[in-house]
Amino acid sequence: MRIELRHRTEDSRLMVWLSPLLALGLTLVFGTFLFAALGHDPFRALYVYFVKPLTEAWSLEEIVVKATPLALIGVGLALVFRANVWNIGAEGQYTVGAICGSVLPVMLPDLQGPLLLPAVLVCGAFGGMAWAAIPAFFRVRFGANEILTSLMLVYVAQLLLDWLVRGPWRNPEGYNFPESRLFEADAVIPALAGRMHFGTIFALVAVAALAIVLGRTLKGFEFRVIGAAPRAGAFAGFSERRSIVAVLLISGGLAGVAGIGEVSGTIGQLHPSISPGYGFTAIIAAFLGRLNPLGVLFASLLLALTYIGGEAAQVSLGVSDKIARVFQGAILIFVLACDVFIRYRLHFQPMRRPAARAEDAP
Amino acid sequence: MPGGNVLLEARGIVKSFGGLAANDRIDLTVHAGEIHALLGENGAGKSTLVKILYGSLQPDAGSVSWEGRPAAVGNPAEARALGIGMVFQHFSLFEGLTVAENIALALPPDEAGSGLAANVRSVSESYGLPLDPAARVASLPVGVRQRIEIVRCLLQRPRLLIMDEPTSVLTPQEAERLFETLRRLAGEGCAVLYISHRLEEVRQLCHSATVLRHGRVVGRPDPKTASMADLARLMVGADVEGAGSREGEPAAAGPVRLAVRGLSLEADTPFGVSLEDISLEVRGGEIVGVAGVAGNGQDELFAALSGETPAFDDDAVEIDGRACGRMGPRWRRRLGAAFIPEERLGHAAVPAMRLSENAVLTRHGTDPELATGGLLHLSQARGLARRIVERFDVRAPEGDPEAGALSGGNLQKFVVGRELDRRPGVLAVSQPTWGVDIGAATEIRRELAALARDGAAVLAISQDLDEILEISDRIAVISRGRLSPAVPTGDTSREAIGLLMGGAGD
Repeated sequence: MRIELRHRTEDSRLMVWLSPLLALGLTLVFGTFLFAALGHDPFRALYVYFVKPLTEAWSLEEIVVKATPLALIGVGLALVFRANVWNIGAEGQYTVGAICGSVLPVMLPDLQGPLLLPAVLVCGAFGGMAWAAIPAFFRVRFGANEILTSLMLVYVAQLLLDWLVRGPWRNPEGYNFPESRLFEADAVIPALAGRMHFGTIFALVAVAALAIVLGRTLKGFEFRVIGAAPRAGAFAGFSERRSIVAVLLISGGLAGVAGIGEVSGTIGQLHPSISPGYGFTAIIAAFLGRLNPLGVLFASLLLALTYIGGEAAQVSLGVSDKIARVFQGAILIFVLACDVFIRYRLHFQPMRRPAARAEDAP
Repeated sequence: MPGGNVLLEARGIVKSFGGLAANDRIDLTVHAGEIHALLGENGAGKSTLVKILYGSLQPDAGSVSWEGRPAAVGNPAEARALGIGMVFQHFSLFEGLTVAENIALALPPDEAGSGLAANVRSVSESYGLPLDPAARVASLPVGVRQRIEIVRCLLQRPRLLIMDEPTSVLTPQEAERLFETLRRLAGEGCAVLYISHRLEEVRQLCHSATVLRHGRVVGRPDPKTASMADLARLMVGADVEGAGSREGEPAAAGPVRLAVRGLSLEADTPFGVSLEDISLEVRGGEIVGVAGVAGNGQDELFAALSGETPAFDDDAVEIDGRACGRMGPRWRRRLGAAFIPEERLGHAAVPAMRLSENAVLTRHGTDPELATGGLLHLSQARGLARRIVERFDVRAPEGDPEAGALSGGNLQKFVVGRELDRRPGVLAVSQPTWGVDIGAATEIRRELAALARDGAAVLAISQDLDEILEISDRIAVISRGRLSPAVPTGDTSREAIGLLMGGAGD
């Protein structure tokens, strides 16, 4: 018996959505072995990790809080990836968005009024866009690979944040801790319920807006054509350069909003670790959600669960806090592997038995 | 006719895919030393048959015998062991490796040793296919790459060489050289099974022929005595509207609708061709053909006409009297122009997108019902795709399939239909029937003629000289980025055009 991968005549629509489920199943199998190897009862561990957080109100709330930045960044990434532009630096755009959004509350703490919050959010969006504009410029002007430039800018952004909160922006009343002053009430995104804030609504709006842009508008069609076949895009009269710049600015802007949303709505001040890697985890959310805005929303909830479950496992099982990253990585690897079946199907070929073969279309 | 022994005999070969019989009781006999043509339209079953002979497919029924003994060819390695070699239409070469390294990969380890380079050199030269074993494949033109594939087969001393549409990638000169090699091989007793749909080639080269249609053998004409029309009739099953159908019509009666004036464009890549001072006028009602050997600036000229590469000067291109040299494709389409590029997949169409989306691709700027205020109207797009499919007899899977799921000929019909359905005033088309079977090609040429008859200006760029001669009212020749003056088809000859193609006008 020989196992072959055979090219399908057309991509399988079914596998597009079955692949993430298959990947989740494989991740659970992988988790069973992982916990067993760590010396834990795998079923209890998986229960603590993946099920228990779904049974309590506070952890459900926390899942929504964590899913909010993931969804905001993830839909933006779904858009750039569809256009075949590889923005890996959303973490940096998130960080610069948080920094720029904090300029007014930190430097002018006396500034108040109903217009402050909108101004803060717009500054955050522009910060993310500005950071994404750098790889966009180098890509269209010099052909520099945006994967490298956007990724390297993450570290620049993180060091910039670190310098600010340890230096010029350090809270004068903060006992020398590396953190900025707390945002005043008018600069804080109002709460929805418990720890959840209005940023969640922004995420839902962004998901809906990008679903419409990608599926129903000429612009979204343009991005998809440029991504799938740049030469056909040029033939259609679409500008590849303009598309690259547009998608990078949009995804950078959304990451910036996620950053300032997290600082203003959840944390309340700047400090060096404002993100548990949202910008990178959102890449997984984008792929797991099939680069489809609605799919990204569900994938964000799932990945938020891996964060919360990771914390739970850390507390009640005593495993390392890196466990969440391990599971996120496993999901990404399995989903990319399962995606092979979108284009290929498995074929079991009996050796040397020509008469007994099941036949398929060429 | 070499009266060699029967080398290969296939009897009653049957092969079905799903419910479709790709091969239906096919008999084929190949003698040693003959060049045997396997003729048929796309989808007639030629590829299936040779895959069975080469062992990469197994028949449902029927038998193959080799030199009179039954032979079950289980896989290509067994075919090669018998002495069957095959040169595929699409090459399987590693571009980053040298000629010798590519050949070594296909040989048994004991033959791929240090003497290989010398062996390659001597075999390739003795068959008139000179190769430099140390050359890197990436730097070689397509004709030379094919030689690598052929030499790779010859090194295994085949008794039967199967060639799948070998000339589709070759210039006329390269094809002529290939024919000499094949004749020489046949003279040494090697049989050649030659798959083609170029009738003239088959008549020139082949000793015998088997014609397939819908998976069955429909005739075994003698290609030396049968006429082109005879062969074409067997292949398509009906009388093909003959060449020269445009004779007797008033040429060039209308106003100038497409004008190119002093167009020069520097090549933007090291492998590109610079256009030098190209001038041309196409009037309403006429088809002007641009002949030329591949790679002489056809792609660049097409891109300059479509607006994918805008000119520096607005007056360099004029559509219906409007200067548009610096406009992009969308605006040129709005002036009433339409364009059909040579490459279907990834240029004229996006393979991973549905037909409706591919309909939007070139018509979003001209058809307001497809997109208003930036919003797409998908149901209108589906309706348009359906109309194109029906009007131009595109055979596609049910519903709204992805463009990549269509066969080459049917996708070309869709692409041509998408543009003609607009009734454009100016059409620039490159290689309108490239890789398309003769039935579809005839239809496409007829549509182009009808469009011109209705008053449109048509510019057709093609490397197929027969096609140019058949459809054009006037002919210009492109060579090294320069275009000769267009002359009426009746006032020129193959020889004159051939000279210009060879660079005599430079």
